[in-house]
Amino acid sequence: MAMHEVSLIENVLGLVEQERAKHAFARVSLIRLKVGALGSADPAALRFCFDAVTAGTIAEGSRLEIEIIPGEGWCADCRHSVPLEERFGACPVCTGGRVRMTGGDVLRLAEMEVE
Amino acid sequence: MCTVCGCGTANLVDAHTHEAVVTGPTGRVHGLLGHDHGHSHSHEHGHSHEHGQEADHHHEPAVTAIDFGKGLAGVSIAGLSQERTISIERDILSKNNAYADANRGRFRDAGVFAMNVLSSPGSGKTSLLVRTILALRDRWSVAVIEGDQQTSNDAERIRQTGAQAVQINTGKGCHLDAHMVGHALEQLSLEPGGLLFIENVGNLVCPAAFDLGEACKVVVLSVTEGEDKPLKYPDMFAAAALMLLNKSDLLPHLDFNIDACLAAALRVNPRLQILTVSARTGEGLGAFYAWIEGRAAATKTPMARLG
Repeated sequence: MAMHEVSLIENVLGLVEQERAKHAFARVSLIRLKVGALGSADPAALRFCFDAVTAGTIAEGSRLEIEIIPGEGWCADCRHSVPLEERFGACPVCTGGRVRMTGGDVLRLAEMEVE
Repeated sequence: MCTVCGCGTANLVDAHTHEAVVTGPTGRVHGLLGHDHGHSHSHEHGHSHEHGQEADHHHEPAVTAIDFGKGLAGVSIAGLSQERTISIERDILSKNNAYADANRGRFRDAGVFAMNVLSSPGSGKTSLLVRTILALRDRWSVAVIEGDQQTSNDAERIRQTGAQAVQINTGKGCHLDAHMVGHALEQLSLEPGGLLFIENVGNLVCPAAFDLGEACKVVVLSVTEGEDKPLKYPDMFAAAALMLLNKSDLLPHLDFNIDACLAAALRVNPRLQILTVSARTGEGLGAFYAWIEGRAAATKTPMARLG
């Protein structure tokens, strides 16, 4: 089975190319992503395909840094923001199930270092 | 390869007018996926021991033979500007989402109710669609976009019902994206107030991340797959509005615990509507047709007011 992380890295490269149209640079040395712990992208799979997908592009040889954004939810019973380990997880404070995910599914190109 | 967006892995069958997409995957992607074949999900956690020669690759991406010694110390190479950081903060899927918004606008303008149908391979999506089209074709104009890695078998099955169908072959791609669907829409004449089914590539993981512009996602799970699938693959079930539990005619022959399955699905998505159906016998499908028609009528109404 194929990985959609390949498409995600290709999309990152598309954003990099858009930046190149705005800022002149010769190569990309570092790409920093923010990936939500509860999102649909697997950091290990992103790393796994990164070198192959960036080969032959302006980002060839660049480093990939991934900042994991932890999951966060709103517990309707505690009426507090709580950390969330799973998208459908229970409240870690009251163990209730009425938690709505409010954060941790981000998938973003945060910044990059260029030369 | 489409030079506008860089997509290179989709092959729109019957798309004779758009040479850009009539191409296979690039060698680069092909080679990569060939390497990945067979273990893409098994290496998600603790994979380094599984791929000895890949270990450096995973954990030290910059330290390759080519780049060692470059970096900060190498920035004085003539012609290169000084290393600097550019803040971007853009959603990686923003390009797909822009195409999805464009598709959604087309559906809205045409008053078409579009559903993105998702499941693992072999759950009975195409059989469900064939039966649904036969039941609804007298009252609704129905079109189908079929996504598969290879073959146009499914589109041919759909066309036998008299409905329009366009096949997208994704090559090695594991999901449809909004750009592929946009091209497929050029091949269809969507009738005002009609229905569009987008049958995604059989895969319970990847398609969940890609908005195609649909009004809602319908996830199909068959009773031969195991009741804990919603917990194992939560993204798909979390994103869906409706779940069809298919192949109910096989229940007498299986140890499938329906209550456990429904509980798992509702745990992932408390708002999920669930229907137990059989595409083979037709059991429960009346409720599915009513669900579609209710939603589609609501889609059509604003256009009727405008028109």
